[in-house]
Amino acid sequence: MDAAIEVSDLVVVRGKRRVLHNLTTSVRRGTVTGLLGPSGSGKTTLMRCVVGVQKIESGTVTVLGLPAGSPPLRRRVGYLTQAPSVYADLTVRENARYFAAIYGIGAAQADQAIVDVGLAQEKDQLVRTLSGGQHARASLACALLSKPEVLILDEPTVGQDPVLRNDLWQQFHALARAGTTLLVSSHVMDEAGRCERLILLRDGRILADDTPTAVRAAGGTDDLDEAFLRLVLDQEKAVA
Amino acid sequence: MSPRITLTTTARILRQLRHDPRTIALLVVVPTLLLTLMRYVFDSQPLIFNRIGVIMLGVFPFVAMFLITSVAMLRERTTGTLERLLTTPMHKLDLLFGYGLAFALAAAVQAAVAAGLAYWLLDLTTEGSAATVALLAIANAVLGMAVGLFVSAFAQSEFQAVQFMPAFVLPQLLLCGLIWPREEMAGWLEKISNVLPMTYAVDALIQVRSHAEPTATMWRDVAVVVGCIVVALLLGAATLRRRTA
Repeated sequence: MDAAIEVSDLVVVRGKRRVLHNLTTSVRRGTVTGLLGPSGSGKTTLMRCVVGVQKIESGTVTVLGLPAGSPPLRRRVGYLTQAPSVYADLTVRENARYFAAIYGIGAAQADQAIVDVGLAQEKDQLVRTLSGGQHARASLACALLSKPEVLILDEPTVGQDPVLRNDLWQQFHALARAGTTLLVSSHVMDEAGRCERLILLRDGRILADDTPTAVRAAGGTDDLDEAFLRLVLDQEKAVA
Repeated sequence: MSPRITLTTTARILRQLRHDPRTIALLVVVPTLLLTLMRYVFDSQPLIFNRIGVIMLGVFPFVAMFLITSVAMLRERTTGTLERLLTTPMHKLDLLFGYGLAFALAAAVQAAVAAGLAYWLLDLTTEGSAATVALLAIANAVLGMAVGLFVSAFAQSEFQAVQFMPAFVLPQLLLCGLIWPREEMAGWLEKISNVLPMTYAVDALIQVRSHAEPTATMWRDVAVVVGCIVVALLLGAATLRRRTA
């Protein structure tokens, strides 16, 4: 199988707490894979491991055949943090052009990314004057503009209205069709149905790692929310 | 390391500063106000103003850039922009030199205004040239920036970062020979002052005050200051971790 991301036996310990327990999974090239689970389940930690900014206790994470976080990957992997990480005291355009310049990309591509996330009208506004959703999109523009081969997006649609969310998801799929691999976290189940594959996390363990259809079948219901709940209960029964 | 990324980072930091005109005004106006204040506090003793004024020209940029850098760096850490930058092709040194260059330029403006005022309006006189004083002021600004960048790693909030100023800077000010000659302090204090960077920064300015040409002592002082900048930057680079828990 042609995997863009391979995680093997991954253990992360934060303080005295084990945050990820021997995780093994993989993400296929050119797909949109959803990373789902309640808050505190380890989604962000797993994404940080893939980007290579998380200290790892044991196990391996390989991205595009290279160890996660190795220097050649920094051009090829884009990362959107959960909290918007752009400069509040710069305009949207100044932010985008700065991050573009780091990748050696021209201003035109930076401006296009601003249009893609629907901030064309706000491009000359200081980020600190934007609404929460706009602030998050400014950050998203800076992750998209370098057109990386692998995109790690931590809750990219949180706080966005339904029309925008729909638009962003269509863009994610367009990127995947063009060959980009996307790992997208969310805690909204209606977004899960839009993914080709789902990784369901709970308490640092993988509860399911399959297509939405297979997850629905395993849970015995068409409602993904309900399916997730049943899988959780099944697991608890198994432990008890 | 890439000159392109370093310079683009310098431009970004200056742009942030440009969007904050009040900070620029404070940077430029506060030293001139304080110098004027001192000039008239020592109204009956112009020699004392002459002695202290030139040292203050070097101390202001150190203090100002220390404060600004420690807060700016803390923001990079707390808003996640630092983590984001470290996932890009940017090298740590690009960020450090980017900051160094941006704040050296800001310090040059600050020093030019403060020195212009001191020499032309407040009758400050030195044996050495005003340009040398301004260059030393810029070196001190870069030192302040490098030290501020390093200590920002130990602050978890802007409250703490600001408190590091009196903790790191005031003792150096007391011991550097500004308030009282170092030879006349308790022996152990003089020994401590021998290893503090500001002692050398101030001594270089004292050299310019009393010698028309740069002296060997001044060059030694400058070498020590530059050495301290390099050490502080290396320590600062060590605090920028790509991988964190």
